[in-house]
Amino acid sequence: MLVDILIDGLIKGSVYALLAIGFSLVLGVARIINIAHTALYMTSAYLIYVGTKIMGLPAILCMVTAIFLTILLGLLIYNFFIRPIQEHEAAMLISTIAVGMMLQEVFLMIFGGHYLGVEPLIGGYATIMGVRVTNQHLLALGLAIIVLVSVRFFLMKTRTGLAIRSTANDREVANLMGMNVTGVAFVTMAVSVGLASIAGAIVVPLVTVEPTMWMHPLIMMLAIVVLGGLGSIEGSFVGAYILGFAESLVVFLLPNGSFLKDAVALTIMILVLLVRPEGLFGVSFEEER
Amino acid sequence: MKSCKIIVVLMVGLALSWGLFLSTAAAKPIKIGILGPMSFTQGEGHWNGATMAAEEVNAAGGILVGKEKRKIELVKVDTNEFLSIPDATNAAEMAVRRHKVDFLMGGFRTEAVLVMQDIAMEAKKVFIGCGAAHPQLCTRVLDDYDTYKYWFRLTPINSSYLGKVDFILLGTVGHIIKTQLGVEKVKVAIVAEKAAWADPIVAAAQKVIPEKMGMEVAGVWRPSPVATDCSAELSAIQRAGAHIVFTTFSSSVGLTFAKQMGELKVPAAPVGINVESQKTGFWEATNGAGNYVLTINTYAPVAISDTTIPFVTEYRKRFGETPNYTAGTHDAIKLLQVAIEKAGSIDSDKVVAELEKIDYTGAAGRVVFDKSHDVTWGPQYVTSIGTQWQDGEIQCVWPYNWEGVTYEGSKPYQLPPWVVEYWKK
Repeated sequence: MLVDILIDGLIKGSVYALLAIGFSLVLGVARIINIAHTALYMTSAYLIYVGTKIMGLPAILCMVTAIFLTILLGLLIYNFFIRPIQEHEAAMLISTIAVGMMLQEVFLMIFGGHYLGVEPLIGGYATIMGVRVTNQHLLALGLAIIVLVSVRFFLMKTRTGLAIRSTANDREVANLMGMNVTGVAFVTMAVSVGLASIAGAIVVPLVTVEPTMWMHPLIMMLAIVVLGGLGSIEGSFVGAYILGFAESLVVFLLPNGSFLKDAVALTIMILVLLVRPEGLFGVSFEEER
Repeated sequence: MKSCKIIVVLMVGLALSWGLFLSTAAAKPIKIGILGPMSFTQGEGHWNGATMAAEEVNAAGGILVGKEKRKIELVKVDTNEFLSIPDATNAAEMAVRRHKVDFLMGGFRTEAVLVMQDIAMEAKKVFIGCGAAHPQLCTRVLDDYDTYKYWFRLTPINSSYLGKVDFILLGTVGHIIKTQLGVEKVKVAIVAEKAAWADPIVAAAQKVIPEKMGMEVAGVWRPSPVATDCSAELSAIQRAGAHIVFTTFSSSVGLTFAKQMGELKVPAAPVGINVESQKTGFWEATNGAGNYVLTINTYAPVAISDTTIPFVTEYRKRFGETPNYTAGTHDAIKLLQVAIEKAGSIDSDKVVAELEKIDYTGAAGRVVFDKSHDVTWGPQYVTSIGTQWQDGEIQCVWPYNWEGVTYEGSKPYQLPPWVVEYWKK
């Protein structure tokens, strides 16, 4: 059973990490709470569905195109719905909720409430220590790890990454030092949406494509970000795996209550916050003041 | 003299025109409100089934009410009940108050239908349910006949009967596993979405499977109705050594579960209720991984009655989808026509009296309503059917020599080959 929990938790955690890190990045750097983040993940999934199932194009081509188109859409959203009200956090929050709902309604209008699916890039399954795992799940895990390592490299070893990190550390000081904070925010937004769309592309063969598919990841992502510490990339990474493993544990230890896996994940978040209000890797509120 | 003739002709012409006007004015259409979540498959089923029936009736001149034929006018009422119960309430109110419909049919989610039922009953409108299975919708008729007598349920059969068919299907597959694979004690994993309607089925299954069916319960799993990943459940089911997975799904989790189960080739046969697998799109949505899924169903291209195959064929041709139980609006309109024509009126009380006496054979079988205005289930009545996906086709596999019933065109049930390979001794 331990092996089952480890493998299942690892896969779930990696997908959550992809979503949460993108969200955390843009929150840390530009103080943007982009609730529409997972709606963009859904957009990527729908674009891949259209490309592969309706237009009959090769899956890889569709994935790459979907990622670019979603980034473009994300930047348009940033420019028209976020940037003008960036200084007003409550308005920005409401605006991004509206964008998410709008995307949901658009997809509902175009595709109806039908449950759609995309073919896996590689079929079949592998047996790892007695546990059957689809090859697509393994591919998703591998790709998620590659993307996460690449993001880490980008942030730690490149000049843009350094700019993003320093802006995340202290936006005002970065501005005073002559950095183009708006430009950095723009790049960060592109990276963030890129991560959401990559997550959509990786996960689409594993999930059901439908207009409310962004809701569950949104809740999990918010829980991870709060658990890890608002805006902390390391925190999001660790938080994602904690909640991924927690979900698996519930199914194996409490099969009759497997519907509670989300609730248990959220309870863990609340418990951690009670002990450590700033989250696992967050800056404490007192310190911030 | 000539001017006299002209006046006579004009008078006759005027009289004829007036008569024509009067007859047209009198023969105003019968308005039927079709309630359903129109952006979703269930609502589409409601609307498509009703559209086909209305077109057929209108092409034949309409419904004979007394001495005049009146056409049907359908009113599409989007209840959005998947996402919001208050939306369903408002939609039903609008249908009754603003559109002033004469009859209502459809509905899907029990929670929404209970409210819409109250609205219809208050307005004394006949409401034929084609979607919700909860017994309470009909026990209300027994408890308070004068208020709820305008309600009738046509599809699906109520959840108690669904439970019966469910266990018959489970017993059939259990027997096949025992005899074909030489398994002495068949293990059953009960997997049901966490929803109120599924609770009695789970409770009954935990009791009936070991006590009356001679099989063993390998465990009970209750995923969320909207779970997007069931790999942990499937892994645990496999560890539990289940031969059969007894499913109770009406939401999207049915698709996720079937897809992942097929991809992983879990050595257990899926049997039970999986509403998603009733749809033609299920095959594509699961990329064929939903092969061998067995579910209770209402329609398939088999001769349940003389009208089943023509109805299913035409429906598929026109809408590219196999009708699900919400397309029972087709039969609902046809039997409403019979009731109205016998009553000679669209007066609700007179129509109710005729519906109570009706014995009508539609595409889903022979319809007779019981005292609670529920559709009667049994070998000589509506039976519902068991359908299995076999290499991209929905095949009727039950009833198959059950109580002397086998519908022409049915096929024998097939165990998934990987299940046979894994368990065969």
